[in-house]
Amino acid sequence: MKIKGILAGTAMLVTAGVMLAALQRLFQPKYMSDVVEGNLIADYYNSGMNHQVLFVGDCEVYENFSPVTLWEEYGISSYIRGSAQQLIWQSYYLLEDTLRYEKPDVVIFNVLSMKYGEPQNEAYNRMSIEGMRWSKSKIDNIKASMTEEESFLSYVFPILRYHSRWSELTEEDFRYYFDVEPNFFGGYYMRADVKPAENVPTARPLTDYAFSENSWNYLEKMMQLCAENHIKLILIKAPSLYPFWYDQWDQQIEEFAEQYHLPYINFLDENMLEQTGIDFAEDTYDGGLHMNVYGAEKLSCWMGDYLVNRQGVRSHSDNQKLAEEWSEISERYYAELNRQLENLELYGNVRGEQEEE
Amino acid sequence: MLFTDSLFIFGLIALFILYFAIAKKYRWMLLLGASIAFYAYSGWSNLIYIAVTAASTYGITRKIEKMAESASAEVKAHKAEWSRDEKKAYKEREKKKRFRWLVLLLVLNFGILAVIKYGAFTMRNVNSVMGWFGREGNLPVPQFLLPMGISFYLFQTMGYAIDVYREKYSCEKNFAKLALFVSFFPQLIQGPISRYNELSEGLYAGNDFESKRVMLGVQRILWGYFKKVALADRILPAVTMLISDSEQYDGIYAFIGILYYTLQLYADFTGGIDITIGIGQVLGIPMAENFQRPFFSKGIVEYWRRWHITLNTWFKDYLFYPLSVCQPMLKLSKWSREKLGKTVGKYVPVYIATIAVWFLTGLWHGAAWNFIVWGLMNAVIILISEKLTPLYEKFHQKYKWSNTRPYEGFMAIRTTLMMGCLRMFDCYRDVPLTFKMFASMFYKGNFHILWDGSLMQLGLSAADYIVLLAGTVILFTASMFGRKGEVRERLYNKSPFVSCCLTVTLFLLVMIFGAYGIGYDSSQFIYNQF
Repeated sequence: MKIKGILAGTAMLVTAGVMLAALQRLFQPKYMSDVVEGNLIADYYNSGMNHQVLFVGDCEVYENFSPVTLWEEYGISSYIRGSAQQLIWQSYYLLEDTLRYEKPDVVIFNVLSMKYGEPQNEAYNRMSIEGMRWSKSKIDNIKASMTEEESFLSYVFPILRYHSRWSELTEEDFRYYFDVEPNFFGGYYMRADVKPAENVPTARPLTDYAFSENSWNYLEKMMQLCAENHIKLILIKAPSLYPFWYDQWDQQIEEFAEQYHLPYINFLDENMLEQTGIDFAEDTYDGGLHMNVYGAEKLSCWMGDYLVNRQGVRSHSDNQKLAEEWSEISERYYAELNRQLENLELYGNVRGEQEEE
Repeated sequence: MLFTDSLFIFGLIALFILYFAIAKKYRWMLLLGASIAFYAYSGWSNLIYIAVTAASTYGITRKIEKMAESASAEVKAHKAEWSRDEKKAYKEREKKKRFRWLVLLLVLNFGILAVIKYGAFTMRNVNSVMGWFGREGNLPVPQFLLPMGISFYLFQTMGYAIDVYREKYSCEKNFAKLALFVSFFPQLIQGPISRYNELSEGLYAGNDFESKRVMLGVQRILWGYFKKVALADRILPAVTMLISDSEQYDGIYAFIGILYYTLQLYADFTGGIDITIGIGQVLGIPMAENFQRPFFSKGIVEYWRRWHITLNTWFKDYLFYPLSVCQPMLKLSKWSREKLGKTVGKYVPVYIATIAVWFLTGLWHGAAWNFIVWGLMNAVIILISEKLTPLYEKFHQKYKWSNTRPYEGFMAIRTTLMMGCLRMFDCYRDVPLTFKMFASMFYKGNFHILWDGSLMQLGLSAADYIVLLAGTVILFTASMFGRKGEVRERLYNKSPFVSCCLTVTLFLLVMIFGAYGIGYDSSQFIYNQF
C-alpha cells in the first residue's frame, strides 16, 4: 500500500512537472513578430561555432556590423554575441560562455555599456540571459544582472515570470511552440530602411563622468580572460550618435587602452567617419541611433581591412566547411534584404503587410 | 517570512521530506528547530518575546500543578481529621494561591502585549485628553516593533495556562515540548488558536507517512495558495485604490469596495488557514478549523460561530463565561434585579460581558478606535438580534415562505452585506471617515460607474475580472459541496486517481493564475498584522 502510494505520488509529480513544462514553453515569449532581438542570444548555438572574430556588446554591434560582409570581402568568419542594452558583465559572461565552444582570435567589444554600473532593466536582462545555455557563466550572469524585483528562481523556472501571459497568448505562441525561426546573420539584425540623422538631441551635461568601479572591474576581467586564452581584445565605440558618447568617457577609455596596450577605435571620430565613409543621411535607419545595412556593410568593410592588415587575421575563404556555412547565411541575408526592399517599395516599411495592418 | 516566499515553500518541502525520513522520536525536535528558524527569520530580537512567554508559562504552570498536587495530597492526608468545611476552606485557600500565580503569568504576558501593541495608542489618547483640558499633552509615545504573531501565540499559551489552572489537563513537563506548542510555525502568525489537549498529541507523536492524509494535506495547502495568490492578491490593487483615495472613490465605489474587500479578506484569511491546516495534515497534526462557510450564515450570531472560530471560542471560554460568573458580576446581577426589576436586571450582566468581550475583540484586531468601534458595533447588533429572536421566530412560524431556500439565501446575502459594512472600519483611516463613506453609498448616486467602464480603471484588467469571477464561483461551489462533508476526502474515497488529478489541477491553477512575481505586489497576509 505504501509503495503504491509512493508510486502514485511520483506519477502525480511527474505529470504536474510535464504539464508545467509544457505550459512554460507556451507562455514564454517567442520574439518572432515583435522585439525579434529576444532570439539573438539563443541563435548562437545554431551557428557553426567556428569563428575567428567575436563581437560582444549591445545594439551598437548587432545592428552596426555585418558578418556576411566580413566573410564575403575578407574571408573572416565572425559572430556577434549581442543583445539589447547588453550590460558589460553580460558581455563578459557571454564571452565566457562562447569560450566553452570555441576560441576566436579576436574579440571586439563595444564600450557604450561602460556607462551602466548597475542592473538596469528586467526586460532587457531576460533577452540577454534567457537564451544562454545553462552553465556557471549563465548563473553568474543572472546573479550579476538581477534587478531588485527579480528572483533567480524565475530564470530557472521562467513560468514564474511569464505565467500571467495566459491572457496575452497569440497565434504566434502556438505556431512557434516547438521551434522559433530567427532570421539573423551571424548575430546581425538587418534593417534596410533609411531615416537620416536629423535633430539629434543635444547632450545633457552629467554631474559625474567617471565610469563605475563595477564596469572597470568587468572590463579588466574581460581583458584578463582574453589574455588567458591568447585572444586579442579590441575596444570600439560604434558610430551611433545617440545615446551620446561624451568626450570625458572617451578620454577614460583611451587612457585605459593606452595603459594596457589595447587597440581602441572610436568610429565617431571625424577621421574614422571619413575613413569608413559613414553618411548619417543614408546609413542609419533610425535617425542616428543604429546603422542600417548600408552603414553596417561600410563599417564591416573597414573593420575587415583593419583586422587583416593591422591585426593579422587570416582569410579562411578556402575553408570548404566554412564556405558552405557562410553560403547558406549569405543566401538568407540577400533574400531578407530583397524582402525588406520590396516591402519598402510596396508598403513604405520593412515589415510590409504586418505593419500595414 | 511569508507563506508565499519561495524560501518558505522550499523549506517546507525539505521539512516534509526530512520529517518522514528521520526517526520518530526526533520528529518533534525537528518541528521545534523549524519553528525557531522560522521565527528567528523575522528578527532574532523577536525570539526574546516568545522565549519569555514560553519560559514564564512553563515555570508558572509547573508551579501551579505542583501546588495543586500538594494540596490534594494534604487533603488526602487529613481526610479523616478535617471536616468537610475545613477541607473546602483549605481548598479555597490553596486555589487562591494558585490563582495569584496565574494572575502573575497573565499580567506579565498580557502586560508585554499591552505595552508593545497598545502603548503608543494609549499615550496618544492620553495626550489628546490632556489637550481637551487645556494642558499640553506631550507625554512620550513609545514605538515598538510588534513581534510576529504575538496576539496569536499569547492567546494560545495563556489559554493553556488557564486550562492547567482549571486542572483540565496536566501541564507539559518538557520545556522544549512546551516551546514547540507555543511556537509551532504554521499557526504562529495567523492561527488557528489551538488548544493544548487537541494539538499536543499530534505534535509530539512523530506521525507515520500516510499517503491519503499527505495527499489531502497537499491539496489543502494548494487550495489555500489558490485563494491567497489567485484571488486575494489579485484583487488587492483595486481594494488599495478604493480605500486609499476616499475623496474620489465614495458612493457606489464604497459599496464596490465592501464587496472587493470581503472577497479579499475571506480569500486571504481562509487561504492562510488552509495552508496552515494543510501543513498540519501532511505532518499528521490535526488542527482546529477556523471557518465553516461563514457567508452561508443567516444572522450575525451564526456568522460569528463560523468566522474565526478559534478566537471567538477563546473569548467565550476564557473571558465571557468567567466574566459572567465572577463574584462582582454576580453581585451586580443581584443589585440590578433588585433595582431595575427582574426583566431588565437579568440582562445587565450578559450585556456587560458581551460588550466587554467585543470591546476586547476589537482591540485584539488593532490598536485603533476603528477596531474598538467595530467591536462595539458587533456587540450592539448581536444584542439587538438576540433580543429580537422571539420576533424572528414568530415571523418564521407565520410566514412559511420565510423557511424556504431562496429566503435563506436572502438572509445569507443580508448577513454578508451587513458584515461587509461593519468591515469598513478595517479599511478607512478613522471612524468619522468610515461613517462618511458608509453614508455616501446612499446619497452619492454614482450608479453609472457600474456600466461606464470605471470599474476597469481600478487596477484590474478584464483578465483579472475573469479570474476573480471564476475563482469566486469555484469558492462558492466548493462551499456548497462542503456542506455534505469534506469534499477532498469524499473525492479521494471515491477515486484516488481523480484526487491525484485534482492535486495536479490545483497546482497548475496556482502556478498560472497566481498574482505573483514581477508586476504584482506580494502582500502580507492580512491577519499577520494582528
